[in-house]
Amino acid sequence: MSSDDLLLVRGLEAGYGAAPVLHAVDLSVPRGTIAAVVGANGAGKTTLLRTLSGMLRPTAGRIALAGEDLRGIPVEQLVRRGMAHVPEGRGVVGELTVDENLRLGGLWRRDRADAARALDEVYQLFTPLARRRRHLGHQLSGGERQMLALGRALVGRPRLLLLDEPSLGLAPRVVAQIMALLRQLRDSTGLTVLLVEQNVRSALSVADQGVVMALGRVVTATPAAELRDDDDLRHAYLGF
Amino acid sequence: MDRFVFLTLDGLSRGAVYAAFALALVLIWRAARIVNFAQGAMAVATAYFAYSVAAATGSYWLGFLAALVAGLLLGAVVDLAVMRFVDHSSPLNPVIVALGLVLLIQAVLGMVYGNEFLPAEAPLSRAALTVGGLAVLSPYDLFAFAAVGVVVVALAWTFTRTPVGLRMRAAAFAPEVSRLLGVNVSGMLTLGWALASGVGALAGMLVIPTELGLHPHAMDLVFVAAFTGAVVGGLDSPPGAVVGGLLVGLLLSYVSGYAGSDLTALAVLLLLLAVLLVRPAGLFAPAVARRV
Repeated sequence: MSSDDLLLVRGLEAGYGAAPVLHAVDLSVPRGTIAAVVGANGAGKTTLLRTLSGMLRPTAGRIALAGEDLRGIPVEQLVRRGMAHVPEGRGVVGELTVDENLRLGGLWRRDRADAARALDEVYQLFTPLARRRRHLGHQLSGGERQMLALGRALVGRPRLLLLDEPSLGLAPRVVAQIMALLRQLRDSTGLTVLLVEQNVRSALSVADQGVVMALGRVVTATPAAELRDDDDLRHAYLGF
Repeated sequence: MDRFVFLTLDGLSRGAVYAAFALALVLIWRAARIVNFAQGAMAVATAYFAYSVAAATGSYWLGFLAALVAGLLLGAVVDLAVMRFVDHSSPLNPVIVALGLVLLIQAVLGMVYGNEFLPAEAPLSRAALTVGGLAVLSPYDLFAFAAVGVVVVALAWTFTRTPVGLRMRAAAFAPEVSRLLGVNVSGMLTLGWALASGVGALAGMLVIPTELGLHPHAMDLVFVAAFTGAVVGGLDSPPGAVVGGLLVGLLLSYVSGYAGSDLTALAVLLLLLAVLLVRPAGLFAPAVARRV
């Protein structure tokens, strides 16, 4: 445990109804790093993110963001503490325009001027969105929706970005762009990212830390490079 | 021709009230997926309150203001004390609860004010002005038009141009995502109920003096007409509610003018039936299906 950990999770248990999904999950993500949570379908990756962002109440354990215990803090307050969750399926509001979706990401901010600046920056970062400001969310392509969801999170200038399956349904070229963007944001703004991915190769290519989950437990957390390059390790945990 | 012009103007002024009432139904439907069958009774309750205030203070306009404020508060209370606890697992549950609320409100009004019609004076003349020898709208009709127009424009502006409007729309369309983005979804829901109930109170205040007066059931038929208007426009579409309400007003006016007032209720039901058969999602249904 280091004081440099932006996110610290200890003994986290959570599930749906009486069925526990997460078992004693420990996790630490240092500031300004990217952690990739990988593992098979049903390993509990999405449940982990939903519990971290407060959508699912933990039955045991502790979640701390920058040293602050998040227990009992309502979901809508977490964004004010610097946590942004881009959910699976991306959560673009189809009935709102691109511009409205993006502005929604900064509405909670008191600093209106900086929210407007952040909005401009997102439009510069994702030029296709700037061309489609007035289009409705459901008119966008899959890649554009991912940009929109990511951009909307960035308008809030988060410290910690939780990303659920950003590669889902996207062309490899688009996935590569998104991964490169995450690395760029980490290096330029010190953003911390917790990324959940089925696409193990591309996730590990960008991550600093690789966290392998199976059946609701963290089976190993190692430097991503080791997981990527050590054939035995990769084979043992990831099966390829 | 004169008669047609008169009936058209009369229908539009009646339709304006239906439009406001239909708009209130749509606001709650969009926010909470509940058809608020109690809206008529709630509006009547605020109207009784308004006339009590007017009688106590001697000012109709203070009473009018009191109705709007009471409408806002009553909507918030109904949401926080009742509707918030309705189990949505069956679509029938909120309907039954709303109908229970109707019985409750009407019973309480009957106990407090009695079940007789009480006079409800209009604040302005209801005698039609004549323009070029043609009887057109009364000052009161013009006032009703203007009041509904102001409210519709103000609501449209709030929903499409202000941060709180954006929050309310987002909360209605995607509650979970909205919470992740820091929107107080439950607060937006309460605000939606308050606004809708306030608009319903306005419609009640406008329509009651044009009919038989104050009575616990005074809004029952208005509710049916406005509900038809909302369905005609599409329950999800605020502009649809306004157009649907105006259409129902016109229909009622033509039917009662040309075929006899006995047939108006039948005409409303036929219109409802026709829309549900031909275009069940309403005339203004969005092109793309919701709930993706």
